[in-house]
Amino acid sequence: MKTAPSPAAATFDTRCANAVELSGVTFGYDRRTILKGIDMTIPRGKVVAIMGGSGCGKTTILRLIGGSLRPRSGRIVVAGQSVPQLDRDGLYALRRRIGMLFQFGALFTDLTVFENVAFPMREHTDLPDEAIRDLVLMKLNAVGLRGAAQLKPAELSGGMGRRVALARAVALDPMLVMYDEPFAGLDPISLGVVGQLIRRMNDALGITSIVVTHDVYESLKIVDHLYFVSEGRIVAGGTPDEVRASSDPFVRQFLDGAPDGPVPFHYAARPLEQEFVRAR
Amino acid sequence: MPAERVVRGVRKVGATTLAILQRLGFATRFFAAVVWHSPQAFRRLQLTLREIYFAGVLSLVIILVSGMFVGMVLALQGYDVLNRYGANDSLGILVALSLVRELGPVVAGLLFASRAGSAITAEIGLMKATDQLAAMEMMAVDPLARVVAPRFWGGIVSMPLLAALFSTLGVFGAWLVGVKLIGLDNGAFWGNMQAAVDFREDIVNGFIKSVVFGVIVSLIAVFEGYDAKPTAEGVSSATTRTVVESALTILAADFVLTVFMFRGVGV
Repeated sequence: MKTAPSPAAATFDTRCANAVELSGVTFGYDRRTILKGIDMTIPRGKVVAIMGGSGCGKTTILRLIGGSLRPRSGRIVVAGQSVPQLDRDGLYALRRRIGMLFQFGALFTDLTVFENVAFPMREHTDLPDEAIRDLVLMKLNAVGLRGAAQLKPAELSGGMGRRVALARAVALDPMLVMYDEPFAGLDPISLGVVGQLIRRMNDALGITSIVVTHDVYESLKIVDHLYFVSEGRIVAGGTPDEVRASSDPFVRQFLDGAPDGPVPFHYAARPLEQEFVRAR
Repeated sequence: MPAERVVRGVRKVGATTLAILQRLGFATRFFAAVVWHSPQAFRRLQLTLREIYFAGVLSLVIILVSGMFVGMVLALQGYDVLNRYGANDSLGILVALSLVRELGPVVAGLLFASRAGSAITAEIGLMKATDQLAAMEMMAVDPLARVVAPRFWGGIVSMPLLAALFSTLGVFGAWLVGVKLIGLDNGAFWGNMQAAVDFREDIVNGFIKSVVFGVIVSLIAVFEGYDAKPTAEGVSSATTRTVVESALTILAADFVLTVFMFRGVGV
């Protein structure tokens, strides 16, 4: 099962300029539709943010790209390969080239920080222990946590855990890294650190990054392009400068944090009069 | 409307039956998938050895202590009855046969389910709730091969060994009470036991039971963990289900196995 990573694994299929392309993607569970036609391109080498309120389907997009879910319709192409059409082996081969940072890290709690970062290398390569040791310490050094190698995940702060997960996500030098809410629950300093690391890793390793988040200010500092998702559709998008200058009501509500607007304050309910005024 | 209530009742029975069948079907497919992925659990033996340590070695204290007490109580109660018929010398036989045929596999199985089975379910359930299984899958590592199969086989290997130790300590406890405390004849205790316990009929059958119970507990434990709702309540109810389902299945399977192994009256 084990294969040595080929040098090509870290690079793109040179024929495609876009790391990820989604067109007309719809998805839902039973009768509930979550995504209603998503078109999105993620150019290679860029950091792209997918923003939207909680539960709008942002994470679902990542899971579709990673092949954990299959769309009802539409095309999902990652590095020139159509993800829904891949069989299990093809999907696993593609996933070896994709890193993913889960919300809250999803570190393996029974392994040390070192073993967490070494995990993908041990599973997918035949590298000798010394080589793995050097690689892991280099990855940990890049996120500033070489000194924490022997700690258990339970001994880390939230921000440190996120950085270890980042080191693990790039352990096999992927071509694409997906971040699911990398800023959730972090203090301002950790938040800045993780944001900068995402940008630096992207540029230094020549990867492509997709950041799913609702932290608009941190994203504006580090990303090249933003997409806004609401109710299963892309409602706005643009570069950080365009977004800052946007007059789109949804983008404004998002930027200003207004409680009411295109995203209503009230959950759908019958009219107030009907609720309180009883027919006599 | 009574007719409507009847329809609703029938519908509910149908829905419940379908749900149970669906779950059983899923469990069967899961079992097949775990067996399919088992070669990796053996190829990377240290993964399975680690689980044998967690499921087996860490269960030793409860198994050994319980076995000893069960044997001691069995000796006291057995002596009380046997003494009325002047059959004191048969205490060794009574204790050894009860333990090797029934109590060893069954009680060790029940203890194993509550000590190790619940731990396996909780661990896998929490790994699921904290996205560790999803993360593994996104790293192109199959959790069935990496997490589930080693735990499954670790449980299957541990259980017969624990049952054997349970029986051994039980016999030792009975010897302490019968010979050292009550003062029965040492030679008669061991000699009669040796003469009456048959390797094929008693020890092998007991071993078969303990293997079957090992498979039952391990399968239920990994399945419930893997199938747990990824929330705190989900993991807690999955853990409870593991213990309850394991206990009921062990007792039912014990009856079925005993019926097949039963050779009529007389040892």
